Amino acid sequence: METDEKLNAIKMTRRGFLLTSVSMGAGLTLGVHLTGCGDKKETQTQSRPEAGPGKAGGEMVSDFSFAPNAFIRIRPDNTVTLIMKHFEMGQGTYTGLSTLIAEELDAAWEQIQVEAAPANAKLYNNNFWGPMQGTGGSTAIANSFTQLRKAGAAARHMLVAAAAKQWKVPENEISVQDGILAHAASNQRASFGVFAESAAKEPVPADVFLKEPDEFRLIGKTLPRKDSNAKCTGKAIFTQDIILPGMLTAVVAHAPRFGAAIKSFDATECKKIQGVVNVVQIPTGIAVLAQDFWSALQGRNALQVEWDESAAFKKSSAELMDEYKALAKQPGTVARKDGDVDKAMATAAKTLRAAYEFPYLAHAAMEPLNCVVQINAHGCEIWNAAQTQTADQMAVARLLGIEVGQVKINTLYAGGSFGRRANPFSDYVLEAATIAKAHGGNTPVKMLWTREDDMRAGYYRPMYYHELKAGLDKNGNPVAWQHRIVGQSLLTGTAFEPMLVKNGVDATSVEGASNLPYAVPNLQVDLHTTTLPVPVQWWRSVGSTHTAYATETFIDELAHAAKQDPVEFRRAMLKDHPRHRGVMELAAEKAGWGQTLPKGKGRGIAVHESFNTCVAQVAEVTVNDDNSFSIDRVVIAVDCGLAINPDVIRAQMEGGMGFGLATALSSAITLKDGKVEQSNFHDYQILRIKQMPKQVDVHIVKSDQPPTGVGEPATPVIAPAVANALFNATGKRFYQLPIKLT
Amino acid sequence: MIELTINGQTHALDIDPRMPLLWAIRDAIGLTGTKYGCGMSQCGACTVHMDGKAVRSCVTPVSLAQGKQIITIEGLDSTLARAIQDAWQKLDVVQCGFCQSGQIMSAVDLLSNNPQPSDDDIDNAMNGNLCRCNTYVRIRAAIKLAAKALA
Repeated sequence: METDEKLNAIKMTRRGFLLTSVSMGAGLTLGVHLTGCGDKKETQTQSRPEAGPGKAGGEMVSDFSFAPNAFIRIRPDNTVTLIMKHFEMGQGTYTGLSTLIAEELDAAWEQIQVEAAPANAKLYNNNFWGPMQGTGGSTAIANSFTQLRKAGAAARHMLVAAAAKQWKVPENEISVQDGILAHAASNQRASFGVFAESAAKEPVPADVFLKEPDEFRLIGKTLPRKDSNAKCTGKAIFTQDIILPGMLTAVVAHAPRFGAAIKSFDATECKKIQGVVNVVQIPTGIAVLAQDFWSALQGRNALQVEWDESAAFKKSSAELMDEYKALAKQPGTVARKDGDVDKAMATAAKTLRAAYEFPYLAHAAMEPLNCVVQINAHGCEIWNAAQTQTADQMAVARLLGIEVGQVKINTLYAGGSFGRRANPFSDYVLEAATIAKAHGGNTPVKMLWTREDDMRAGYYRPMYYHELKAGLDKNGNPVAWQHRIVGQSLLTGTAFEPMLVKNGVDATSVEGASNLPYAVPNLQVDLHTTTLPVPVQWWRSVGSTHTAYATETFIDELAHAAKQDPVEFRRAMLKDHPRHRGVMELAAEKAGWGQTLPKGKGRGIAVHESFNTCVAQVAEVTVNDDNSFSIDRVVIAVDCGLAINPDVIRAQMEGGMGFGLATALSSAITLKDGKVEQSNFHDYQILRIKQMPKQVDVHIVKSDQPPTGVGEPATPVIAPAVANALFNATGKRFYQLPIKLT
Repeated sequence: MIELTINGQTHALDIDPRMPLLWAIRDAIGLTGTKYGCGMSQCGACTVHMDGKAVRSCVTPVSLAQGKQIITIEGLDSTLARAIQDAWQKLDVVQCGFCQSGQIMSAVDLLSNNPQPSDDDIDNAMNGNLCRCNTYVRIRAAIKLAAKALA
């Protein structure tokens, strides 16, 4: 997913005229800027109560506004509204994208409001994904870095040009700071709003200046999040909160096993429930539509459904793992091959083996999946925390037999996602649209999944089995490394398959393993891809969720076998990876690596790169006499290039680490005769505050390289760091997640 | 008819007495700051105050809420609550924000009864409120910051 955009290092954007690329905002929207009538629309936009997503409703703010490109709207009242092409699921995107634009616009942080972009792949595409609007892979800041700064710089240029004309002074004598244009010599000052109308008449510049890093006023500073107030006062609107006139709430009875179908159903009792309006059969189940959620749920409870389970999947997790282990006895499809592993292994002074088991994992965002759909005369309108707008538009257009452009999406705040709302098949969006279609007419339908529906719907992080084998020479240097992975493919059958599944290897099955940073002359990684009816999907940090654990605990074992300190051992093998080494050394230093710990305590380290960001974590644990344990402290070092919003980075490191910690401590989805055994938070346990380390320190490596993502890279590092710390405390290794000490 | 007093306003509602308070607040009254997360008192996203005490509205039938003073996130207006909301913003606690109404309602309950909570007090009081974004470090810090501001 790399493009030239990523190569636009800061060094390349030093002051000087730059040619605007095709992906630049200013070049894209020459047709968008409107002048003239439209008072009604303007009244609506001005009465907008709260800066937040979805309020634009896909309408371009027109007339009286300065709209130099797809991302910026400045009104005479001096409000600056920035249009967010990526959705906000908590990762801080609205704050980050705003920072990029505001920096070059020289706006005051306080005057900035944010609004979700309408679904439009041409204007709001992810530059790393081609003509597709979507958020994921920790790409939001990285793909927008040059584009949005240029958009801000273009708008600033036009404001300056307008001011220069009116004040009759040279443009280069006008300064801009905190949303104020000023000409010192003539003692003139004005806000952006004053020139909103006249700037709109200026030509959009073909070339713009960008600041040098030492000129940054917002980038690198701690700025308050743009979504903080709304989320602390209950005013933030999530999909769950949408209320439309005449809206019905739908709850769906899903099959108890993957691959089961409806044989028959009886809705007689269901329809007697007060509030139930309709019951419709859809391919994925039976939907009960009611005036409110509670009535719909009562209706679902009263439904009699008989399922045809003749084709249903009925295996258990343990059976699957046995099959995976049998597969691993045979060589898989080669993902990476350096040197001759067999030969090197045969002549090694010492060999080590390890096998790892990873369960299915549910995303389990706090907001259970939901979607609001209204079919209307123009096509279809959707209210949803849409993570991949273009894919959802295409799927719904196909379902309804309409054009992609007729699917209007109001992107809302997501109550978490962790990848789930970017379903490659738009599963829950299509289900909502199918219900609206089956019900008929133009009734808005709010489909709400219960927690149990959400937990049992599949699209999990797959189960995986890993086998590793390594050979050390007589000096303890690794000379051979063999890594075999067994599990389902995330990308086969999705739009990403042509790009990322090559020669039978899904890049996301082996990422983190096939790019092992450690220098081992003979190295082989191979893969067995299994095909099962259990739906799987990317889950925060994707392949690294399992490969980081296997590689980072095994390398720790090698260090121990070589009788070397784990940090020293890694350092020697990271000669060609200065960023890995940098974060490892920083984390180790800040954590007091090497200092002795009291009995019962242990310290462990792990370092891993994902999404072009390097993270190292040092965990300190206490193991109690009853074999319970706690994680007392975690020290995190991150190298994510230039730090745009240091406090958002810290938050993502803290939270991403906690997200991964749950996989080490408690989270697992298991199948019993094909049924998902877990249903809610009592049996699919995610991290609670008592389990969160008392102390979490985050250190950001100073860097002038282009920014890389921070939403995911902290997640995969903690489980191996904890396992290595537990080894340090107990002398035991752990080959299954979640970790069981006894 | 069920009579509910939410944020000082009384509503007469023609609803099933077994309906959980959460859905009366959200669907019958239209206040959406209180969230549905689990429906079985496991996550705390639905936390509201009933006669000053934090309760999980997803498992509280409206029949039990009659005659009680119910406060939701929208109805918070005490000095204490504002101090907590300010601290939450000062430290930028929120990420996705979905659980935060419930977190704040639990934190208000905690500081109302225990103005200077210890670390353990905080963890004990907040352990029923899940945050999948794992903002826990900042939740702890914000509660302490609010306690300090109020002292």
